[in-house]
Amino acid sequence: MTPLSRRDFLTAGAAAGAGLVIGFYLPRNGASPNKGFAPNAYLRIASDEKITVVVARSEMGQGVWTALPMILAEELEADWKKIAVEQAGASMLYGDQSTGGSASVRTTWDPMRKAGAQAREMLITAAALEWGVPRATCKPESGYIVHASSNRRLSYGQLADKAASLAVPTDPPLKQAKDYKIVGQRLARLDTPDKVIGKSGYGIDFRVPNMKYACVARCPVFGGKVANFDDQEARKISGVTYVGKIGDSSVAVVADSVWSAMQGRRALKVTWDEGPNKDLNSAQIYAGLKQAVNGKAAVLYSAGDIAKVSGRRIEAEYQLPFMAHAPMEPGNSVADFHGDSCEIWAPTQVPQDVRDSAGQALGIDPDKVKVNITLLGGGFGRRLEHDYAVEASLVSKAANTPVKVIWTREDDMRNSTYRPASYHKLSAVLDGAGWPVAFSHRIVMPGINVQKGTPPVDGTDPEIKDEASFVYAFPHALVDHVLTETPIPLGWMRSVNALQVGFAAESFIDEIAAAGHKDPLQLRLRLLEKDQNLNNWQTARMRAVLQMAADKSGWGKPLPAGHYHGIACFGCFNSYSAEVVEISMEGDKPRVHRVVGVIDCGQVINPNILEQQIRGAIIFALTNALQAQITIDKGRVVQGNFDTYQPVRITEAPEIEAYYVSSSESPTGAGEPPVPPLAPALCNAIYAATKKRLRALPIIS
Amino acid sequence: MSEFALKINGSDHKVDVAPDTPLLWVLRDTLQMTGTKFGCGAGLCGACTVHVEGNATRSCSMPVSQASGKSITTIEGLSGNGLTALQQAWIAEEVPQCGYCQVGQIMTAAAFLAKTPHPTDDQITQAMAGNICRCGTYDRIRKAIHRAAGGGQ
Repeated sequence: MTPLSRRDFLTAGAAAGAGLVIGFYLPRNGASPNKGFAPNAYLRIASDEKITVVVARSEMGQGVWTALPMILAEELEADWKKIAVEQAGASMLYGDQSTGGSASVRTTWDPMRKAGAQAREMLITAAALEWGVPRATCKPESGYIVHASSNRRLSYGQLADKAASLAVPTDPPLKQAKDYKIVGQRLARLDTPDKVIGKSGYGIDFRVPNMKYACVARCPVFGGKVANFDDQEARKISGVTYVGKIGDSSVAVVADSVWSAMQGRRALKVTWDEGPNKDLNSAQIYAGLKQAVNGKAAVLYSAGDIAKVSGRRIEAEYQLPFMAHAPMEPGNSVADFHGDSCEIWAPTQVPQDVRDSAGQALGIDPDKVKVNITLLGGGFGRRLEHDYAVEASLVSKAANTPVKVIWTREDDMRNSTYRPASYHKLSAVLDGAGWPVAFSHRIVMPGINVQKGTPPVDGTDPEIKDEASFVYAFPHALVDHVLTETPIPLGWMRSVNALQVGFAAESFIDEIAAAGHKDPLQLRLRLLEKDQNLNNWQTARMRAVLQMAADKSGWGKPLPAGHYHGIACFGCFNSYSAEVVEISMEGDKPRVHRVVGVIDCGQVINPNILEQQIRGAIIFALTNALQAQITIDKGRVVQGNFDTYQPVRITEAPEIEAYYVSSSESPTGAGEPPVPPLAPALCNAIYAATKKRLRALPIIS
Repeated sequence: MSEFALKINGSDHKVDVAPDTPLLWVLRDTLQMTGTKFGCGAGLCGACTVHVEGNATRSCSMPVSQASGKSITTIEGLSGNGLTALQQAWIAEEVPQCGYCQVGQIMTAAAFLAKTPHPTDDQITQAMAGNICRCGTYDRIRKAIHRAAGGGQ
């Protein structure tokens, strides 16, 4: 089938249409040439009762294949058991399809509800016409329209054809939260059964006929290029069919099998022009950040005037390293370039960016690039980059064959984009009673978006302003940012800048509490005690998550001998999180026994999936807090595999309790907000245990 | 290139590959059994775990020449019919998130439970220490193994 091209879509100018996977034309009413009913791009109801919901976000473990259809099914009053899910590819029908920023539920909440409600209203009308009864006497009920007084019912499948002939309502009524039957339920994920039998289709599993495999040698030094290469030995490896330069800084080895491609690359001799960063190391990078602290700073938040405050002053400096996403599925994509078009199958968080960037790189119209989204073996922001998919399209073009490019673990660790390293200087002024009256936090770090070409706004990267959230009502406060530059490629990694900002700020709040001899929870609650909207954050909601975390963890109550608590909270991606970490010390290393995590993310779609996200975010954050960092030497990433970049294993995994605040506010982010509180809560617990303050991550280095 | 006879999930296969080819790539590319996953290529993460003579084995680090003639089980053949109690427990506890590492987790857990049908928490921790999950599903993995053990596996 032909995909609906962007140009066709724009020319048609219609708001109706079907998913790219199906790509058929839809008239303004809900008729579908395949019979059945498709009132909008998100939904098809077939005469045989099958209900297909199109998901226009990528499934990377966060549960969108289940949560987003639940939202639509709720408004549709569908029978959940009849719902089938279809993954949309890159399209013009769904707006921005990027899967990131903990935004999938947040940004599809309205369109998915509307899509379901449109269909429901049309099915009601269809039934009323069928029976010749007033519309108001027809009610939707779990996949049927029911006429109670005559005891008649028609299924959605039976009504599909009739509904398809009706006009699509533009503003259908939406249900009230108190009437929800699906949203809020602990439903099983639809993708689980395939995942336990090995049948799930990740990018690395995809194949097309006559496909070759490729490994690519990329310059190990950031900013370096290929000077020349000798492929004599590589071509001797059995199965190697092609060796050639891809762009300025890499050489592809194409072969009949992955193993031949790997062996071919091993035999390839490349001389690199290592470029201007060949002597760069982590010590220089940290020194540069620290040196920049007195540079021009952009104000992110201010209250009162910190310069006018006198009293007892405390100060501290914090530092965080580069970090790597390291999703379990290494980078890969399948691409099939032929002449003036290209089809790509990629585990991507940004299908539209892949389409546009591949089109540009190949020198063809982006309309001629079809991007299919596979399952993602983890994302965490790594697949917000288009590099691996664009590279595959270039290898396909160069080698004139459909090809699957596979990255090794080392390729991913050393040619990735990284959470920015940062430096922080904080100060506070305490009054005679030990309560803080002033707080300042200077953040020194490069901007991810600025490095990628977005101009700074008022001297900062606007995303840093968003994620440097500040919710405490200090009479005098200043949070500002010195924007630096780095040649190390930067990327958005789970919770993005909120991790660095939250670590420094929430550790320093604990320092303030210690300096004033206050309980860290009581200090936070006091700074939040007045109900207000501060810097777009509701103090009451942050208070509530803190209090729940304290209550559930037994904050302030006796712990087993040698056990200590630490607490922290943070707001990001419009949600509120608080965590209490319980540790003991084994020598100079902490043993994390238990973490209580609480989130307020508004209306909860599926508590099962939300709890997965909280638990997963805590383990993800624990990895970077404890032991995983990226260091640079001679312009290269030092770490290569899971021996030198060690994710937390089950041996270090604590008992986790995940809670949420019941709410009917619009849903907000869930995947990232539980990340930032973990590291400060852990280091605050270490301080409680040892009176030693840790001001740099990782804890074990 | 050399020919190797492999016994996988009870069926005999003949493959013609380089002798140093890891079993992982023979399974995935040559035989198109893609349930077994590539994670690190160095025996560090466990995503590629299969059973060789009943033992949990890292297929990324075993050359096909060493696997030849041995009885190999992959996720595709873990249960003869339907799901094992372990896989059912994995579903009941809603373990997977992205799911990529889960086949390796299940294969490790299955070999472990076969030898240790009623494990303690500590035994589970030790047995599963070689399998990394970046989504952080460890607590549910632990619960699923306990559930399967309680269910009589």
